[in-house]
Amino acid sequence: MNNAVPSSGSLGRRLLIQLLIVAAILSALLYLAVRAVANQAAVASHDNILGASAAAIAEQLGTDNDGIVIDIPYSAFSMLGAISEDRVFYRIDIDNETATGYEDLPAPADSTNTSKPIFYATQFRDTTVRVAAQTRVIPVNNKPVSVLILVAQTRRAQDTISAKVANTAAALGIGFFLIAGAMSWFATRSTVKPLYAVANAIGRRGAHDLRPLQSPVPSELSPLVKSLNDFIARLRSSLNRTETFMAEAAHHVRTPLATVRTQAEIALRQAETDASRKTLRTVIRAVDESSRSASQLLDHAMISYRSDQLSTEEIDYTALVYEVIRALSATAELKDLAVLSDIEPGVSINGDRVLIEIALHNLLDNAIKYSPFDGTISIEMKRDEQGCLFKISDQGRGLDGNEQSALVQRFQRGENAKDVVGSGLGLTMVEAIAKAHKGTFVLQQNTGPGTCATFSL
Amino acid sequence: MRHFFTLIFLFSTGMVFAFEIEEERTFEVAQSSATLKIISTTDLNYFAPLIDAYQERFPSINVVYTVASSTELFAGIYDEGAQYDVVISSAMDLQVKLVNDGLTQSYQSADTSSMPTWAKWRNHLFAFTQEPAVLVASKQGIGDFPTPQNRQDLISLLRDNPDYFRGKIGTYDIRKSGAGYLFATQDARQSDLFWRLAEVIGSLEPKLYCCSSDMLNALESGEIAFAYNVVGSYASAVLDESSDGFIAPLSDYTHFMLRTALIPRSAPNANLGGGFIDFIVNAQGKALIKEKAGLPPIDGEALSQHQYYRPISLGPGLLVYLDKLKRQYFLDEWSDAMEQ
Repeated sequence: MNNAVPSSGSLGRRLLIQLLIVAAILSALLYLAVRAVANQAAVASHDNILGASAAAIAEQLGTDNDGIVIDIPYSAFSMLGAISEDRVFYRIDIDNETATGYEDLPAPADSTNTSKPIFYATQFRDTTVRVAAQTRVIPVNNKPVSVLILVAQTRRAQDTISAKVANTAAALGIGFFLIAGAMSWFATRSTVKPLYAVANAIGRRGAHDLRPLQSPVPSELSPLVKSLNDFIARLRSSLNRTETFMAEAAHHVRTPLATVRTQAEIALRQAETDASRKTLRTVIRAVDESSRSASQLLDHAMISYRSDQLSTEEIDYTALVYEVIRALSATAELKDLAVLSDIEPGVSINGDRVLIEIALHNLLDNAIKYSPFDGTISIEMKRDEQGCLFKISDQGRGLDGNEQSALVQRFQRGENAKDVVGSGLGLTMVEAIAKAHKGTFVLQQNTGPGTCATFSL
Repeated sequence: MRHFFTLIFLFSTGMVFAFEIEEERTFEVAQSSATLKIISTTDLNYFAPLIDAYQERFPSINVVYTVASSTELFAGIYDEGAQYDVVISSAMDLQVKLVNDGLTQSYQSADTSSMPTWAKWRNHLFAFTQEPAVLVASKQGIGDFPTPQNRQDLISLLRDNPDYFRGKIGTYDIRKSGAGYLFATQDARQSDLFWRLAEVIGSLEPKLYCCSSDMLNALESGEIAFAYNVVGSYASAVLDESSDGFIAPLSDYTHFMLRTALIPRSAPNANLGGGFIDFIVNAQGKALIKEKAGLPPIDGEALSQHQYYRPISLGPGLLVYLDKLKRQYFLDEWSDAMEQ
């Protein structure tokens, strides 16, 4: 019943891992995007100030009799000092010749189109700098003179901003990942939950509950549940057919046999010769045997069918034992048997009533069958440590060396039982019923004559 | 043997370095483990008590204290890579240029971290005094005239009484003095009044001086009535109640020069240099500078006493007036104004 199904991994875990991978990728992208955007913004604002500085110098360019006058305004550099503690370099060229500043500050590769400031990063001495370059053309004595202005600043402030942004971006990314992770976990749980709900709904059912599942399920699960319901329906109809078949089979076999027996008895009474009477007795015996075999076969089928799905209930064991004894008392009387019973009152057990009744009936029937006329059968029923014990002892022919393991085989009968009507199924059934109830069944030779059978549940 | 090598070393450095020093003293200890080399624009008599206090704290360190003018000092470090552990100068612009052009090294400690941000730059340059540029007036020289409260008053006073004050005004020759140039350029940046004042002073046959002490001496001797842009800490040190000279506060603005220290990249013993900077900027250091050196230490509260107190900010703005063209224009203009 509780067989482990081979697992191909957890759906929930697979879903969670995939969601976490997506969250991790998105977090990384967020981190990179925030960094890139913030760095661009930092570079842009830094460039603006550098450009403003170069423009301020360009604004102050003038001319006198000697040519261009370069008068760097204080604000050109102090504005750079106001935003950061970065180092400042500059260079001013008049007609491609450095007039003032740092001569080795690298000029732009192409300075033809620098009427508006252009920006570039370059290595200068021991550090990396960002440079703004702007050209201003000024007429001197009616001749255009081009002035190239370079203003450069180291990038420490920008690096500091970058580091800060990187930290913030990392915190954002990690935060995003944690939130997304938690949400993924909840989402996974709530997604997988209906699956467990269906499994629980089926698992909780009793052995004979074969109704289709009715509770609403998510649309993705409905094909599964539909298949399951179809399967349940097929199972139900198959079981119904089996039960109907067994009942009908018993009816169809027993009824004609009963008719044959009645007719044979009538014929026996009217028989005139010993030979025909003997024949008729043989017929009656054969019919009895067939009838018995048929019902035992059906009983056996019933046991096989029911053992798979015991319908366990609480049974008044004491009453059941008395009932069985009562049912067979007429048969016992036919052989003048004394039935001694020592039965503990008020014992109840959990088990399948139909099956246990069959087992007890078979044991008592066997004892009666194999007892000699005027014999005694003792029945004992009491509670013991394991549960409850039913012991029946007769004074019959005993096991005569036959092993229990052989006697409980289907259709196997003892060598010494040829003259008694029997199908070879009785003990098989008792054993099967004991097993189905996780009990035991033991056959023993009595020290005197006869057999002792112990059926413990 | 060691002395021999030291001698050789001094000799060789003397040959290599062309910059001019004014004075050098070695503060020797009995058992020395290391030598701290300081080059400074500050006179020895201000710093000697500080160095004594330093050696009380660190008794195994020899100190060599070299005095040079701000321009010679700058040239020594900038062009010749002179080997000193600490460079101390009142020429803020030149100090900033040393840092800006990458000739210094960064230093960070608990003591420097607790300094106000306006008193340091890039963790390379550390200010340890704040000294105002003041107008010193002579009681006798000014006579019955009211003491000017601001530069406008001063301009009016001089313009209205040219004959009285002719030849009685002293100020820095900014072509020779770094401090004078710094004060003049900051004045020019601060207000247009500066050029009007320069015009007026120039028209009165002013006397030009190399340094604050000469100006103060001239004032005390009655040679001049006003000394403009004298370093306030020198004035305070020389003048007292009984002096003829007194500081006349100018309430339009008063600039404060910051005396700064840095560790050059070429420092043979940068750790010692850093330790000395800690020694002069921390709380005990400030007290020592006030008591032993008689200089006003960094004090944000003192600067916020008056709206018109303006510390000159450390930063690349100071590089503007070091531009050779800018400097030339400025000096030309100033000379035109002064020598009419």
